[in-house]
Amino acid sequence: MPAGLLGIEGLERAEIEAILVRAKYFQPPANQSFQRYDLLRGRMIVNLFFEASTRTRTSFEIAAKRLGADAISITAAGSSVSKGESLVDTLNTLVAMRPDAIVMRHAASGAPHFLARYLPRTPIINAGDGTHEHPTQALLDARTILDYRPSLEGLRVAIIGDIAHSRVARSNIYLLSKFGASVVLCGPASLVPPELAMMAPGVSITYDIREAIKDADVVMMLRVQLERQHEAAFPAGEYFQFYGLRGEHLDLVKPDAIVMHPGPINRGREISSEVADSNRSVILNQVENGVAVRMAVLERIVGSHAETAH
Amino acid sequence: MPKLLIKNARVIDPASGRDEQADILIKGGLIVRIGPGLHATGAIAFDAAGLVAAPGFIDMHVHLREPGFEHAETIESGSRAAAAGGFTSICPMPNTHPVNDDATVTRYIVERAQRSAVVNVFPIGAITKDSAGEQLAAIGSMKGAGVVAISDDGRPVMNSRVMRRAMEFARAFDLPVIDHCEDLNLSADGDMHEGFVSVRLGLRGIPSSSEDVMVSRDVILAESAGARFHVAHLSSSRSLDVVKRAKASGLPVTCEVTPHHIALTDAAMAPYDSNYKMKPPLRSESDAAALIEGIASGVVDAIATDHAPHPGSEKMQEFEKCPFGIIGLETALAVCLETLVHTGRISLARLVELFTTGPARILGLNRGRLEPGLPGDVTLFDPDLEWTYDVNRSFSKSRNSPFHGRTFRGGPVATAVGGRIVWQRQPAEVAVR
Repeated sequence: MPAGLLGIEGLERAEIEAILVRAKYFQPPANQSFQRYDLLRGRMIVNLFFEASTRTRTSFEIAAKRLGADAISITAAGSSVSKGESLVDTLNTLVAMRPDAIVMRHAASGAPHFLARYLPRTPIINAGDGTHEHPTQALLDARTILDYRPSLEGLRVAIIGDIAHSRVARSNIYLLSKFGASVVLCGPASLVPPELAMMAPGVSITYDIREAIKDADVVMMLRVQLERQHEAAFPAGEYFQFYGLRGEHLDLVKPDAIVMHPGPINRGREISSEVADSNRSVILNQVENGVAVRMAVLERIVGSHAETAH
Repeated sequence: MPKLLIKNARVIDPASGRDEQADILIKGGLIVRIGPGLHATGAIAFDAAGLVAAPGFIDMHVHLREPGFEHAETIESGSRAAAAGGFTSICPMPNTHPVNDDATVTRYIVERAQRSAVVNVFPIGAITKDSAGEQLAAIGSMKGAGVVAISDDGRPVMNSRVMRRAMEFARAFDLPVIDHCEDLNLSADGDMHEGFVSVRLGLRGIPSSSEDVMVSRDVILAESAGARFHVAHLSSSRSLDVVKRAKASGLPVTCEVTPHHIALTDAAMAPYDSNYKMKPPLRSESDAAALIEGIASGVVDAIATDHAPHPGSEKMQEFEKCPFGIIGLETALAVCLETLVHTGRISLARLVELFTTGPARILGLNRGRLEPGLPGDVTLFDPDLEWTYDVNRSFSKSRNSPFHGRTFRGGPVATAVGGRIVWQRQPAEVAVR
């Protein structure tokens, strides 16, 4: 079986393209629900969420079920993890029940990578690890951009917010760079370390939101992750004033630019309601594509063609 | 007590400048004679042809975990690992449970060592009670019970006034103050060196400045207190500059460097592998290069391992949950031979100095030299021996080493403490050359 999906960093461009093409196939026609398939009948997928999540967990669950697989979801609060069991022991217990893949969200960066070393036989799909990567989010973001643009190449994408603590940003930086987009990172200097520009080709940094979004094709707003900050990295109350996206900013972007947000949004903190609800916002399209992209990922990792190819 | 005659060795003794083929005769635990063609009836002969015989190595920074954490290491198991690394004397840090902060604990350690250790154990006492950083520990009576220095290693004294008082008090007892230099507000629960790799891996960074700020503070405090100040496991190039300047202005400031900080960098770390997690963290390429330069130029006084055993259950967790520290006694000499000597950066004699006269001078130990009348502690090593480190055969109770599976050129062959061979490499461990 293939190695699962730990991050975008190590993924080939062709692999990403294949997932995006297949995700388009899974997109439902307007106003219809996702079609049911038998592609993963008899397969079992465990969603193991050590950290709160609504959209990612639900969309993985729906994706598995729409493909005909059995899906169970476990959250840390109701599991033996809350009784002090170690991560390795929890995973070993689950693996003994022979799932075909484990979808995992964990607050510690590298937790799925650490487990993949000890559990080489069960594919692990990273549904977000700490402040490191969130590969399916980047894939669904790319799918969403491609619904509005013919290609990622040459696009100007501004990512605004707490980049240092954002797994969404890291995965998007890797993916967009692989396809030749230019990525502009922007946020308070304490949350945008200069080393980020060395992560991939085509990445630049500015601390001025107006400069960042000027002529942008895509503006990705990040959630201000108050829970990930050990102390105030910027003056309390000044975030929205300097790094929040407001209506007046939309004059600076390209006329047909789109505004994205991985959710959940904090209205009035990083994005104004006016922008979040405007026709530029594709936030709900992202959610919808989340299901389609995760169907493509699950099919690729646990589907029968994945097995025969091996 | 039996006599030991080490024959045909290349004797390197930095203190006397000796580097020649010679024999060493040890009787009654003490060195009797050093010279060519020695004979002694009834002596146990050890043929050291092809080996270097050096004064017994001293590791001034280890963690033996006893009392309190015997599942990770004991004085006995740690001392055996030390012997297998060529060390004849080791200095355990006080962060045991209870903390070595009064004479009772010191005496317990000394007695346990006399009963179970195969090498000499010279404990280091705490600076503050329970290493909590507030009230001074029983520094004077600990000195009476045998501590050779004081340190709150692992829990640095953040309160500058407390550090000032500790230095003033220690000065009167001629004890060096060893600081694990880390501003905890700057390192802020970080897990690895702050730089490109931490940003890429999404791990919280420990900036070099967290070390540099404290080294600078302590140099200033030591100067006004007139105390001897020693920087533990110095890891950053800027900290090294501070020490260099302090030395140049004549202050009694010294520093040690660990083998892993010169041989490994943050970029060399296997992602999220806790065998690469320690404090201070593996720093950048340029820091490692600066440390090697500091060793070559003489700014660095000693090499110390910071041997820090942790049981597998604690190291096999999410990276951010794992405790800091790696074991290092058995690999120290090999790592240093490879990084420093075989690369041509320093001579063998300089390397021996860093393991012997360097730490002895800092701690005021009458050891680290091959001289009639001194204890018969001798380290025998082969600078070219090819061998592979298998951590599963370690004498330590813990397995947390980044050097598992590494094949080295050069390593210890036998260790004599007080004229008794306490460890000898088994032939099976010697690879065919």
